[in-house]
Amino acid sequence: MDTMNYRFEGRAKTLTYVLMGIGLVALVSGFLTDDSHGQQRFWANMLVNGFFFFSVALGALFFYALQYATESGWSAVLKRLFEAIYGFLPFGAGLILIVLLAGQFHLHHLYHWMDHTLYYEFLLPDGSYSHEAAEGAVANPNFDYIIANKSAYLNTTFFWVRTLVYISTFLIFARMFRKWSLAEDEVGGTDLHYKMYRRGALFLVFFAVFSSMLSWDWIMSIDTHWFSTLFGWYIFSGMWVSMLIFATVTLTWLRSIGYFKEVNESHMHDMAKWVFAISMLWSYLWFSQFMLIWYSNIPEEVTYFVARMFTQYKVPFIAMFFVNFAIPFYVLLARDAKRNPKFLIPVAFLIFCGHYTDVYLLVVPGTLHDHAHFGFFEWGSFLGFLGLFIHVTLRRLASAPLIAVNHPMLEESKALHY
Amino acid sequence: MESKKVLHVMYDDDGKLMAAAKQLVAKGIQIKDVYSPFPVHGIDPVIGVTRTRLAIASFMYATTGTCLALFGMWYFMIQDWPMNIGGKPSFSLIENLPAFVPVTFEFSVLCGAHGMALTYLLRNGTLPGMPASNPDPRTTDDKFVLEILTDENEMDAGALESAVNETELLELSIKEYAA
Repeated sequence: MDTMNYRFEGRAKTLTYVLMGIGLVALVSGFLTDDSHGQQRFWANMLVNGFFFFSVALGALFFYALQYATESGWSAVLKRLFEAIYGFLPFGAGLILIVLLAGQFHLHHLYHWMDHTLYYEFLLPDGSYSHEAAEGAVANPNFDYIIANKSAYLNTTFFWVRTLVYISTFLIFARMFRKWSLAEDEVGGTDLHYKMYRRGALFLVFFAVFSSMLSWDWIMSIDTHWFSTLFGWYIFSGMWVSMLIFATVTLTWLRSIGYFKEVNESHMHDMAKWVFAISMLWSYLWFSQFMLIWYSNIPEEVTYFVARMFTQYKVPFIAMFFVNFAIPFYVLLARDAKRNPKFLIPVAFLIFCGHYTDVYLLVVPGTLHDHAHFGFFEWGSFLGFLGLFIHVTLRRLASAPLIAVNHPMLEESKALHY
Repeated sequence: MESKKVLHVMYDDDGKLMAAAKQLVAKGIQIKDVYSPFPVHGIDPVIGVTRTRLAIASFMYATTGTCLALFGMWYFMIQDWPMNIGGKPSFSLIENLPAFVPVTFEFSVLCGAHGMALTYLLRNGTLPGMPASNPDPRTTDDKFVLEILTDENEMDAGALESAVNETELLELSIKEYAA
């Protein structure tokens, strides 16, 4: 068997088609049977899945750039895997754009602030809205003082400029890294490597700002009155750990069927260490946000948690935190458990679902309130998007040699030993 | 009874030490220990040092810290002198738990780290003021010493000496010692 090039075929390919088929049935039936106002349930679920899988891909692009910016040698044998995962970025960006466009055209009401009537204090006799009082004007019943004060940032024009800037920056960098990486296979040398090193560092600068801002724009603005200063880091740690879990499971599977011979036990141990460490980072940020708000107990802040902890979301909300924190902590603390797929893989599956639940609880309580159901539509479409994600990743993995043969640090990476 | 002897083989490079250790172990010679000015990466499995249990000890110290911190805060803040801080007079450990987490976390880290450091120094005999146990002061500078005991090996001192002399050694000293 040729182990230098992955061939995407057989049962793996069939499985991704089956998953996508389930997803398609779920989406179509969900769209047709969704009787909520403005098909809110359908669109909320599209945002959950679109953002979750977009963020897994974005996490891979970040991690890839991080490996270059820090001149890390150990991960050189894994770089094609991360390239494959961030290959989903255009698809994820497309999903998010569909949801945002639908919001712009008022097909749904996920983003309350997109309702322009909130921003005007007065209602004129002819039915139009005005900032200024005039003859016969009455107070606009829709006027929202808090949201109106945010209009310098939260207006649709600036929102679309920001959204397009984030997405195009990510796509440009992703395309450039991939192009140079494939070119390096042909020409060798260190020129391209140092170019990637500099652009990797540059990307991290953009990513630091944009990952925070996109989480405010796409997720935090759902609960428009509420804000949290460390929200961006919390979302970022979630995308990072979800990506690491996906990469670790994919890598374990690919090794078990005979690919990635160059990846040894120490690489797998390092990946498991990353999963462990970033799970702790996520737990730390989640808890920091929760504890400060819980402790200060200020009405405009604490409503966010009241809507999640004293409603039908109580059980998934609390269980999600324990799954994402306690399970990786107690199971993956020991060295032997990190090196043993029998422990690592079940934990990875659990916390992958845990982080999906996290994104679900970021979006759904603020959009569907107490009308949410978790049925075939939700889990079916999750499986469908997962199938699409795996399909895109593996197809991209198959399109280039598994090992970047001219990576200058390849020998160091192959010799990695703990 | 035959006298027990200890061989101290000195090398001036960690690469040479590593090669010599592999060569001697391949001949079935048991190496008691290695003295070196810095950790020699990868020597442990070669000379058969079992994996450290320091991590397990550290986990136990940290768990002790967690329990102590929670017990302490329960006693100070709830049992002995109930306090109302920040409008949270629920006087129950479980309902006030989020407020206690940072202190519990810090105290667990403190206990884990100090316990681990002290255990390490005690186990190595390197607590401040403890007598040095290295055979030659130069192993704290730039030399590396392999220690081989005749007691642990089937070969006698002569055979060990000739095996050792085949490696790239710098010096060899053979001493008798009382068991």
